[in-house]
Amino acid sequence: MAPGPFSRPSLDRRSFLRLSAGVATVVPLAALAGCAGANADPGVIRIAFQQFGSGTVKEQWITDAAAEFSAENPELTVELVPIVASEGDYFTKNELLMSSPRTSPDLVYEDSFILLSDVGAGYLRPMTELATGYEHWGDVADASKVAVTGEDGEIYGMPITTDTRAIWFHRGVLEEAGLPGDWQPSTWEDILDAARAIRDSDSDATPFFMFCGTPQGEKASMQGFEMLLYGTSAEGWLYDRETRKWIIGSTGFIDSLTFVRTIFEEDLTLPLAQHLDPNISETIYNTLLPEKKLGMLIDGSWISRTWAESAARPWPEWPDVMGLADMPTQDGGGNGTVTLAGGWGLSIPEYVTDKEIAFRFLETLVSTENLVDYAIADNHITVRDDVAADERYQGYSPAVDYFTRILKTAYYRPALPAYPQVSSAIQVAMEAVMTGDSPESAAAAYDATVIDIVGRESVQEAGA
Amino acid sequence: MSTSAPVAEHDPPSSATRPTPPRRGRLGNRLTAGRAVPMVPAFLLLAGFMLGPIVYSVYLAFTDKAIRGEGAEQTEFVGFSNFTDAFADADFWNSVVLTVIFTVISALLGQNIMGMLLALLIERAHRVITFTVTAIVIAAWILPEVVAGYLLYTFFSPDGSLNAIITAIGLPPQQLLFSAPIFAVSFANIWRGTAFSMLVYSAALSSVPSDVYESAALDGAGPLRRFTSVTLPLLRPAIATNLMLTTLQTLSVFGLIFIMTGGGPARQSQTLPLYTYEQAFSYGQLGYGTAVALLLLLIGAVASMAYLRLLPEEDKR
Repeated sequence: MAPGPFSRPSLDRRSFLRLSAGVATVVPLAALAGCAGANADPGVIRIAFQQFGSGTVKEQWITDAAAEFSAENPELTVELVPIVASEGDYFTKNELLMSSPRTSPDLVYEDSFILLSDVGAGYLRPMTELATGYEHWGDVADASKVAVTGEDGEIYGMPITTDTRAIWFHRGVLEEAGLPGDWQPSTWEDILDAARAIRDSDSDATPFFMFCGTPQGEKASMQGFEMLLYGTSAEGWLYDRETRKWIIGSTGFIDSLTFVRTIFEEDLTLPLAQHLDPNISETIYNTLLPEKKLGMLIDGSWISRTWAESAARPWPEWPDVMGLADMPTQDGGGNGTVTLAGGWGLSIPEYVTDKEIAFRFLETLVSTENLVDYAIADNHITVRDDVAADERYQGYSPAVDYFTRILKTAYYRPALPAYPQVSSAIQVAMEAVMTGDSPESAAAAYDATVIDIVGRESVQEAGA
Repeated sequence: MSTSAPVAEHDPPSSATRPTPPRRGRLGNRLTAGRAVPMVPAFLLLAGFMLGPIVYSVYLAFTDKAIRGEGAEQTEFVGFSNFTDAFADADFWNSVVLTVIFTVISALLGQNIMGMLLALLIERAHRVITFTVTAIVIAAWILPEVVAGYLLYTFFSPDGSLNAIITAIGLPPQQLLFSAPIFAVSFANIWRGTAFSMLVYSAALSSVPSDVYESAALDGAGPLRRFTSVTLPLLRPAIATNLMLTTLQTLSVFGLIFIMTGGGPARQSQTLPLYTYEQAFSYGQLGYGTAVALLLLLIGAVASMAYLRLLPEEDKR
């Protein structure tokens, strides 16, 4: 009896499962451990940037600079890490990349709006000495320097571009409504009156558009809502920089929402459906404005790039057709006008392989020559005096002078870690009044959300 | 297994005096264990890529992990506060209600009833009609969610096909994506998901023996009576399985709604997956987002258990 094969202790099912479980636990851990530092090749500089739609301007700028840099430093190569995402998703994907040493790039393209949040998260490395030692640091506009400085006084980014905002108007549409070609409103009521005049005229154009609601993301907060809010009393703005508290219970906030409510109630703007279409800006630039179907638009300095010869919708006549007016304050008080500025820069992540080498490539990217090319291709406003002094820059667009001039009085957003959430709350409040809520209840909901986000100890009543 | 039986039969008589090791069982185990070896890679992959993230997300749900801001630098254990925060948030409850409405309209009623109707209709139809209907319905099903989302978005858009049709018959144009977004996305989900229910019911119907219907007909049962007294009871396991699967699929629908409405306007179509996305990625609150995702999982589990009770006892084994 006891034939050999059957009596030998064998691997029964339970042991097998135990063994499998053990292996299953250990193998992935070992595999992960093997990944650590896999990226740390000191000869490769990885740069992350947003790649959206068919635009390749950023990619071209980085590729050209990389070729120049590699020619000077044959031992170093540059690897482009395009993050294919819309603006909101770009931040998240970039942050997820930066959060791990295994995936972190060596340079990132950062919006000033998210910069301080990323500083708060510990994703970025200070570059104060390198930046202040850079030959063109003195040429950077003061406001932009402030925008890249953390609360600890360290510098976390090299500012490159900025943008400002105003009212673009179609001269033809305004003329049909009996308004002058050099139209300039001095209060919100003037804007509404002009819009009513267009509505009641023979023109079939929509009178007025500003970005509203959550589908438009940060555009709705910044060049929609905050262009209004910063024209109200300073006591009711978003954040008190002296007390370092967020402001709630503000009359200015309710007044701004009331303005939004008015344009919808009085049919002064596009239908709600189009406002909530995330692709509406393409329609505006490519169709509505060139085809004389929109009278006024609050938008940024860059939109004319859509009409360049090489762009999606060439419109060579735009400088004659489109006029620009300063955005007025609520009742003409204060500065009399409002514009918001933002802009992008380059930052060095915490998990950079070699900070000095990364900064050397950064210097190539932001050389005067490369930035002039980039500003012209990207149609943005420069933050640097050396670039602004370049003849090619000065002549590249009929609007560049105007938008560079209003930068002097621009407001910046309180780009603190909580701002992205506060901004979402603003969009929700706008959307609430667009779809029928009263400005008061939408503002009350906003106040409650802000308290949720930052805590009761970090808010103060307006005017307090 | 068949090889083990003769071995047991030839056991020597001495086995009566001392306990014999259960050879048959041991051989069976040995073979089972041997057969399981090819499964090891799959098991490892599942453990690494499914179990790992699940365990990690359960952990995250009890922390204040954030993508940006201070919460990203230092993650702390916060106990159940993510869950209590969710229960205290009106937007969370709004999403729960919308998720239930979306699931009931699109999965329980729409896909289920449409799937049953189509299956019954094509069962008796001419081959050509069966083929055409099946091809059209399945085409909607195999489209990627994002493509289906864009198609339905253009269908409902102000100058889309829907308005072309209803204005042609003299009705005023509609903007359902904005006036009744949850119904618009539910319709889209029915349009897309009906094929699955239709296939399940077609398969189940084809397995019902025709003599059962013949006897029922001989007993004088009309078509309706045959459906309620013969077809439905016999299809009960298929119905329960179909309801469970479509419910679980519908609870997690994200791309379709995200493309069509983004959860708006004013959160009117923000189901739980979209709320989770907003909290986790737009606001960067990963801990809170995963807590809400776990609650969604819980809702799915409760629904599954409810359907399991529908199954006849013999089908549960």
